[in-house]
Amino acid sequence: MQYALMIYNDPGRLEALSDAEREAAYAEYFALTDDARCVVGAQLQPAETATGVRVTGGRTLMTDGPFADTKEVLGGFCLIEAADLDEAIELAARIPAARLGGVVEVRPVVRR
Amino acid sequence: MLEEVFRDEWGRVLASLVGFLRDFDRAEEAAQEAFAIAVRRWPTSGMPDNPGAWLVTTARNRAIDRLRRERTLAEKIHLLPAPEAVMDEFDDSVIKDERLELIFTCCHPALPLEGQVALTLRALGGLETADIARAFMVSEETMRRRLSRAKNKIKLAGIPFAVPGAHLLPDRLDAVLAVIYLIYNEGYRGRVDLGAEAVRLGRVLAAGMPDEPEAHGLLALMTIHHARRRARFSGEDLVLLDDQDRSLWDMRQIEAGRAALDRALVLGGRGAYVVQAVIASLQTRERINWPQVAEMYRRLVDLTGSPVVELNCAVAVAQAGDPAAALRAVDRLDLDGYLYFHSTRGELLRRLGRETEARAAYRRAIELATSTPERRFLTRRLEHP
Repeated sequence: MQYALMIYNDPGRLEALSDAEREAAYAEYFALTDDARCVVGAQLQPAETATGVRVTGGRTLMTDGPFADTKEVLGGFCLIEAADLDEAIELAARIPAARLGGVVEVRPVVRR
Repeated sequence: MLEEVFRDEWGRVLASLVGFLRDFDRAEEAAQEAFAIAVRRWPTSGMPDNPGAWLVTTARNRAIDRLRRERTLAEKIHLLPAPEAVMDEFDDSVIKDERLELIFTCCHPALPLEGQVALTLRALGGLETADIARAFMVSEETMRRRLSRAKNKIKLAGIPFAVPGAHLLPDRLDAVLAVIYLIYNEGYRGRVDLGAEAVRLGRVLAAGMPDEPEAHGLLALMTIHHARRRARFSGEDLVLLDDQDRSLWDMRQIEAGRAALDRALVLGGRGAYVVQAVIASLQTRERINWPQVAEMYRRLVDLTGSPVVELNCAVAVAQAGDPAAALRAVDRLDLDGYLYFHSTRGELLRRLGRETEARAAYRRAIELATSTPERRFLTRRLEHP
């Protein structure tokens, strides 16, 4: 099965770590994207760079910046191949954001 | 008689079908069909030697028929697995008990707790949706949605049908134990059916995991409490342990509970369920050793950090002969919204001769009571000290 791991960060948390701790966290992210079960993964630019797009009556409307007022913001994602939810959860639990005040949302991908 | 067999076999049959079909709805449908056929046939043809195997075989065949029909329809897109090979391998004289796998699926922490509870009762216990709804005081429609959401998530999110591996097992077993205990506690508050159901689930779990001390501990705890259920009420009224008519206790059940407890202790069990079972067992002795009960509660406080347990510990300290120390311990607790905090204070204050304060505490407890038996009990204590 394929799962999308959507990584929500607590902004500023990673930056607040010591250099060594931050290096270690990045190494963990790289280890995850290097894992054979990871189909694709990416880190996103900060939420301030986001643009919301809506189409109303044929017109494309844009809004600037993050539009959800939640504490955590989507900071990256990873598409993985796993046997079942338990395997997906194990991978999700290894993501540094999960223990640094953020949360990883595990969503099964619709099979076609 | 037939109903008895069905209650016993439902969980086993459904587990086997979920294992085979990997789909709750299909499995339930097939199981229901097989049970319906049995209701028609068994009264005239007699019950088969192995009713469980008969039900599984019949249900499997029905499910395969159905899959074949759907497969014919879906021939070109090959969406459905070929069932033939599995059927050939199937030996109906030995049916693997897959109830343990089913329990771990139903109690998967990715499901909401209320969904875990409902699904466990439906899938393992074979309770009807309407009965589960009544037990939890929600509408049948709400319960139906709760069940179908849980089943849907299992299917779409790929929640495994398996006993978790060693590294996951301690956490997952805790989740299973918590669900069964929660079901038990719902039954303990007067709904006896759920209590019996929880004991039944506890037996399945302990039999499936013979080396897990906490599984035996929970079974022991529930069995011993359950053995006293007939003495806990007199008509509609609650009866305290001290005043219970011991001839109403089911001594065989108590012995069975103690045997499960021995097993848990031999396995080195020292966890919260085992300690609670020790307490339950001590409380069924002819003469209760209250200092020992208090000691066990202290151990339980260390394990759980729960103020409610501290309250129970204080009760044991009072029973052991020191109500003043007990009251000091109780007054340190932050449990103002808890009925038994106030009823316990009332009892302790009265024993210490502080009548006015005792009555105030009882009145506060009555305000917090939610069930009629509780309210009547407390009112009696207030009026006839």
